[in-house]
Amino acid sequence: MNEFLLIAGMAAVTFGVRYPVLALVSRMTLPAWAIRALRYVPVAVLTAITVPAMAAPDGHTVSFALSNAHVYAGILAGVIAWRTRKLLPTILIGMVIFFVWKALFA
Amino acid sequence: MTIAHPSTRSSEFWAGARAVLPLVLSAIPFGILYGALALEAHLSPAAAIAMSMFVFAGSSQFVGAGLVRDLAPIPVIVLTTFIVNLRHALYSATLSPYLKHLGQKWLLPLGFLLTDEAFAVTISHFEGEQGDSPHRHWYMFGAELAMYLNWQVCTIVGIAAGSMMGDTAGIGLDFAMSVTFIGIVVPLIRNRPMVVAAVVAGVVALFTFQLDNKVGLMLSAAAGITAGYISEMMNNESQPFTSTQDTNLTDGQL
Repeated sequence: MNEFLLIAGMAAVTFGVRYPVLALVSRMTLPAWAIRALRYVPVAVLTAITVPAMAAPDGHTVSFALSNAHVYAGILAGVIAWRTRKLLPTILIGMVIFFVWKALFA
Repeated sequence: MTIAHPSTRSSEFWAGARAVLPLVLSAIPFGILYGALALEAHLSPAAAIAMSMFVFAGSSQFVGAGLVRDLAPIPVIVLTTFIVNLRHALYSATLSPYLKHLGQKWLLPLGFLLTDEAFAVTISHFEGEQGDSPHRHWYMFGAELAMYLNWQVCTIVGIAAGSMMGDTAGIGLDFAMSVTFIGIVVPLIRNRPMVVAAVVAGVVALFTFQLDNKVGLMLSAAAGITAGYISEMMNNESQPFTSTQDTNLTDGQL
């Protein structure tokens, strides 16, 4: 892994979404449809990353067996996030559930 | 807080830094977790620090480190970073009308340092009663710089902690990343189109995640965004877009 290329690339695209719209908008405005679509980006992307990470923690096999602590601790963490709407309690309680579930079923 | 006298550069700067302080504090565990995860993914400590210094975007750094661990090729990691950070274009578009008068000397650093947290406090300041100060960009700069410096320190602490824990650091760290994203996503889902976007993205991801080069992630994200958009078009009850709603949208994000 060429770490220089990796970081240069990540830095370039990140700066590339932050800066140009900030700087160019006096000359152009983002169309309403784009702003509307962008609102779904965080939910869609993070869900697409998280669901397979929970359902197939080994990266290959989808498993809903009780021994897959990722999926059940993840669902319970989702319920906590939904009830509390707070990030840190979700993480802390979610981690505890994960380890307890692992000890019980894995 | 009422300000009787006109604001100065320094009063705006420190007001911004103060306003973002709660969010700075809540970023601490994530910065530390990132440092530990990056080592676990076999990034060198120098690369882990450089990523925080030059990329400076929490959730994409988590995802990037995860993809490095999975030995994904660099173009895939860069493209994924782009998609994860696309939301910043929305923040920039929302903030830019307030920054029109500034030159590149300001817009370059303000753009580089933009985060969810700095955006959230800055937009509520700009839209608020004291938002008409000619020095208001100093407020944004204060909020951004506070987040930046804190993130660098936490990264180094996380790397130190991760190297002391050695291989045991791996236990549960992958779930820590998942549960962090769950804690970010679930509170964002507050209307039907958001539910549709999440469900479609998640289901498509389940069927496509094994495709090479994380193509599944791109497909799932595109499907989720499209589905949410269409659902919003079809759903008359959904709220029209306002910047206040957008500010709420970023509560507690990385």
